[in-house]
Amino acid sequence: MSKSPKNDLIFNIDFDEYLDLEQYRERGGYSALAKALAHDPKISIREIVDSGLRGRGGAAFPTGKKIEMLRNNSETVRYIICNADEGEPGTFKDRFIMTHIPFQLLEGLTIAAYLAGASKGYIYVRHEYPEAQRILRSGIQAAIEAGLLGKNILGSEFNLSLELFSGAGSYLCGEETALLSSIEGKKGRPRLKPPYPTQAGLWGKPTLINNVETLANIPKIIDKGASWYRQIGTVDSPGTKLISLSGDVKNRGLLEVPFGVTFAQIVNEYGGGPPIGKTIKAVNIGGASGVHVPPEMLNTALEYKACAQAGITIGSGAIFVLDNTRSILTNVQNRVRFFLHESCGKCTPCREGLRQANNIIDKLLRGEAGVKDVDTLERYTRAIVNASFCGLGQAAGNSLSSSLTYYREEYLAYCRENRELNSKEETA
Amino acid sequence: MKNVDVQDIINRFDNDKALLLPFLLAVQDAHPQKYLSEKAVNEIAQTMKISRSRVYSTASFYSEISLKPRGIHLVRVCANSPCENAGKALLLTAIEQELGITVGQTTLDGLFTLESVSCLGACYMSPAMKIDDEIYGYLTPGEVVSIIQKLRKEYRNEQIA
Repeated sequence: MSKSPKNDLIFNIDFDEYLDLEQYRERGGYSALAKALAHDPKISIREIVDSGLRGRGGAAFPTGKKIEMLRNNSETVRYIICNADEGEPGTFKDRFIMTHIPFQLLEGLTIAAYLAGASKGYIYVRHEYPEAQRILRSGIQAAIEAGLLGKNILGSEFNLSLELFSGAGSYLCGEETALLSSIEGKKGRPRLKPPYPTQAGLWGKPTLINNVETLANIPKIIDKGASWYRQIGTVDSPGTKLISLSGDVKNRGLLEVPFGVTFAQIVNEYGGGPPIGKTIKAVNIGGASGVHVPPEMLNTALEYKACAQAGITIGSGAIFVLDNTRSILTNVQNRVRFFLHESCGKCTPCREGLRQANNIIDKLLRGEAGVKDVDTLERYTRAIVNASFCGLGQAAGNSLSSSLTYYREEYLAYCRENRELNSKEETA
Repeated sequence: MKNVDVQDIINRFDNDKALLLPFLLAVQDAHPQKYLSEKAVNEIAQTMKISRSRVYSTASFYSEISLKPRGIHLVRVCANSPCENAGKALLLTAIEQELGITVGQTTLDGLFTLESVSCLGACYMSPAMKIDDEIYGYLTPGEVVSIIQKLRKEYRNEQIA
């Protein structure tokens, strides 16, 4: 397990250390909540807006703006939900926040609830994370006993009742409207937006939904101020990003890097590069819903704008390295099968498009497909990306479309025409 | 076999709004075979005053809820790319041979159910699997076989004692 450099960043997670409430407070924890409660919420919201913090779950929506939308809503019953349904394959950063620094998350959530005017909240944790659920349950209890949750928090007028809500094994519930349906006891199927959850969320009430990593940023911003925060990272993307690094690199694990470092630095400096004697063939950035890009693109900076221009999805910050012995087709097929399993079946492009994509890749791998099938695969990919109902369906086509762009030759090499050509050359 | 007291479980929930999903998980957890039986579904529907189809609709959607009886130990092997590239297929073959079942099945003695699972968030120690609440990583086929044998031995010793 690799460690982040010993800078004063946002999380500074030490793999070998769990911070309990007492230790967290000794290190200045909960001073941000006290500070926020002592001031007009508008001041703290301004601080979060100025910090430039954006949603770290994948959508990168400006967090301060989202809180402001809740604040300005005339409906008084409001909810806060922490999205801890970390299901993106290749991602484990939220798990480490929950198991190592749970009180930084609970403090951030409490501040966000105060600023948004929410008095009831849920942390939606996936069922596959029983350890995180246990730690958070006891953490919530400890915070209630210390007067940091529940009624009259830190002696103020502010109340927040917080509950842990367990998922039940559905990737789709990481999509915020599907998550709402799940809490309401329905199938975790996405809803049409608008209305956005900030307008009509849980039980139809305005709801602030934020990712674990996003909320855990907030105590540092309130405590040290937006100008301190903006010293880390870049002008376009302030702060840090937690990176889940896996695959064919020497050091796999969790990293905290300031925005602005390049993907090459992450893979080679933090990750130690590919195993000895191997080279990098592709890097999958953003998990199963992310893209496969060639090593030439790794000089791109980890930054929202630069990545958007290069067609790279930062997503949850999962980085998965493939060395030169790996097959692009089998890796992309793994992603396609994952989405096929997780598709809720509501819309045709996602449900049927993925099924056909899987069939075509099968056909290619069996050596029975032709160049025409690759064209068909491209057409279906466009349909999945452009016509799926929800963001997850649209993102399901990313690994297909990026690999068809950068590794088309590998698809074509499996085609009948090219195999015949190759075998003729061999016999000649 | 001991019956699951659905009413008793719902009484433990003090929500102003009864939430279906935590209720389903609690009833499943209370069943020795970790699943929702038809009887339990009927009782849940009656207790919550909703239709049985509503209960089934929700229950059948989620991978972690089973409508089939399962074994005492749930063995779940991660199927996603990081684990697949790290040798998941070899692990699965070793487990299938050791247990004599394939993914989705339960051993005849009712001790193990083998499932395939989406990312366990343990990619840094791939290939990974989860047995009940514990995650195992950096696995080799030999290791998974000895973990299973150890659990089987523990169970037999408990039966004798």
